Amino acid sequence: MINEKIICAGFGGQGVMLMGQTILYAGMVEGKEVSWLPSYGPEMRGGTANCSVIVSDRPIGSPVISNNATSAIIMNLPSLIKFEKDVISGGRLVINSSLIEKKSSRSDIKAYYIPANDIAVELGNSRVANTVLLGAYLKLTKILSDTSIMKALHKAFSGTKAHMLDINMAAYERGADLVG
Amino acid sequence: MGKVLMKGNEAIGAAAIKAGCRFFFGYPITPQNELPEYMSRELPKNEGVFLQAESEVSAINMVYGAAASGARVMTSSSSPGIALKQEGITYIAAAELPCVIVNIVRGGPGLGGIQPAQSDYYQATRGGGNGDYKLLVYAPANLQELVDLTQDAFDAADYYRTPVMIVGDGMIGQMMEPIEFKEHISRFALSEKDWATTGTKGQREPNIINTLFLDPAKLEELNFRLQDKYKLIKSNEARYEAFNMENAQIVLVAYGTTSRIVKNVITDLKDQGINVGLIRPITLWPFPEKAFDNIPSTCKALMSVEMSFGQMIDDVKIASNGRLPVHFYGRSGGMIPSPDDIIEKVKEVIGGAK
Amino acid sequence: MAIVFQKTKGLTDKETHYCPGCTHGIIHRLTAEVLEELNVLGDTIGVAPVGCSVLAYDYFNCDVQQAAHGRAPAVATGIKRVQPDKVVFTYQGDGDLASIGTAEIVHAAHRGEKITTIFVNNAIYGMTGGQMAPTTLIGQKATTSPYGRTAEHAGMPLRVCEMLATIEGSVFVERVSVDTPANVRKAKKAIMKAFQCQIEGRGFSIVEVLSTCPVNWGMTPVDSITWLQNNMIPYYPLGNFRKPEEDK
Repeated sequence: MINEKIICAGFGGQGVMLMGQTILYAGMVEGKEVSWLPSYGPEMRGGTANCSVIVSDRPIGSPVISNNATSAIIMNLPSLIKFEKDVISGGRLVINSSLIEKKSSRSDIKAYYIPANDIAVELGNSRVANTVLLGAYLKLTKILSDTSIMKALHKAFSGTKAHMLDINMAAYERGADLVG
Repeated sequence: MGKVLMKGNEAIGAAAIKAGCRFFFGYPITPQNELPEYMSRELPKNEGVFLQAESEVSAINMVYGAAASGARVMTSSSSPGIALKQEGITYIAAAELPCVIVNIVRGGPGLGGIQPAQSDYYQATRGGGNGDYKLLVYAPANLQELVDLTQDAFDAADYYRTPVMIVGDGMIGQMMEPIEFKEHISRFALSEKDWATTGTKGQREPNIINTLFLDPAKLEELNFRLQDKYKLIKSNEARYEAFNMENAQIVLVAYGTTSRIVKNVITDLKDQGINVGLIRPITLWPFPEKAFDNIPSTCKALMSVEMSFGQMIDDVKIASNGRLPVHFYGRSGGMIPSPDDIIEKVKEVIGGAK
Repeated sequence: MAIVFQKTKGLTDKETHYCPGCTHGIIHRLTAEVLEELNVLGDTIGVAPVGCSVLAYDYFNCDVQQAAHGRAPAVATGIKRVQPDKVVFTYQGDGDLASIGTAEIVHAAHRGEKITTIFVNNAIYGMTGGQMAPTTLIGQKATTSPYGRTAEHAGMPLRVCEMLATIEGSVFVERVSVDTPANVRKAKKAIMKAFQCQIEGRGFSIVEVLSTCPVNWGMTPVDSITWLQNNMIPYYPLGNFRKPEEDK
């Protein structure tokens, strides 16, 4: 039974909202119950941004994730400090170690350190760091099938963003391979 | 049609256009901006007009003019902006014009904040402006219900010739979850708007849209007519969801965002062997008083759970009419109650109720 | 027998409530005559204000909406955006337009809203019993300026036409008076031009009509006309402030 509660957090512009929406879309395609709730308001303008995504086999009550996240995908240090405590015991932290030197202070959760920006730069565009982390996260949890994830990536990078599809697919694979 | 993902605010816009709304007058305020932005993109593609007014006051008066011209028209705002619109809303109610008003509620009072709140309950359900009038008030709790009720709101507004308010909050407006746009069929038989000011063409007496009655007997006549209409709405339109009521030891009453949190509470407490029911008003006015006639005998207390410091609790007390003690848990100012806090309060109440 | 004068079809048979000597009646008639002569009565929607002319919906023989105080231009905007092929006008006094409704009139002009405003300026709040308006003259007594308006306390009287003429969306702005037969004819011409600008889809048009309020001014109708001529016209000069390019 899947009941995954994910916090995606980072600086505005790092693509945490899109990362969350990609999980959301893949979950919907797969017929799961899903919800996505963003932070909003002035803090979005250059400050920290985060969204809460729930993928579940059961109907979702509240889309709010307070202190019961099963996973957190963390792209910058302020987000690690803010959200580390909200992950349940036995949960996961996927940390962008390119930008965060600090290690998790929790011993009761599993932390994965992914040099997402370094990999993204290797691939040719630092902006795909979010997809590297997404690849790692989805490989770790296996909550969604590859087919659904591919559909979601195609959806996320279509239209004016279509030129970003290939590099994001590559970023996704690299992220997945790191933890596979 | 398949399911799509949209933000709540945009979903309202899409639903409105599908319901035949072609005119939108608004003014920017967080957290509802995605709705006017959506309308400014989509209405011109649908032979409609989006207009950003110079203020909320002007926007609602543009709605008055458009509604009295026979159009399906909408405006949206958030709490302080809705406060400004009250002048126009009472005129619209008095002139018996149909329109849909969206309030994506934020914390108050004053300029307040931008996070979710339910502290405009009194304003929405008690009229809000001057005089004896009511709005039909929908309070959807999820995005599917949001789009379904938005479409229905236009039909209900036309049928009863009354303004309908949709009350959400920042969470409902900003979140995404799958939505299906079903084919829209009105549940009302709607007639031509022969009262609208569309020009006499020299073929009929002028149509007058008016809210001034200097003769008190005439004004009372209008009020009698309005009250008859409200009675009809009260008997036809009260809607609610009753959830997990069987053998409930306590019944929580919550709407919109709060009701979603309460559902988590119910699941969590069930695991601990505590049975909690939920009455979720879908219409805030009329308040679903009948729901309180079917509370199981196992229930020893009611508890209103709100993102305010206690507004709906008045209606819970009226509806339960002294049959059960009514408790309260609320957060305000944009703070969202956590399931744990509600659970603690529930345990305190049922412990005390023993 | 030849008919030499006939009541315009633009007005209903309802007797008006206006006080003796008040010039609202003339301004109503001019507006109604223009609508009749343009043959648009059946395609016109008027917007009545709050103030003395609140009951205008009873007098104009066309569809009318009564608006909240000052909001007539916003209501008219709603009507015109839904029915761009109709003729839409507001009829507003100086309390309504120049005080509580400044935002609405300025932005209707700013958007170049294709509506016509008939602005009746009698330098006082008539309906509520003679209070000071933004247009009340310096030294003029009103029930809320019992010692006479002073610039220090209440500022200088607001000149609406001059203000609105600075706005690009205004295509026709003219101030007229109905104090003499000649001026009545000029006023009608201006109202005609204003409606023509709307019908041609040019933008916002307004005609300010200087008007008397004998009852609240505390004068006879004849003295009121003289007072208007000696006091109002010097401060509120008659004339055109803005018109379409080719008419210049």
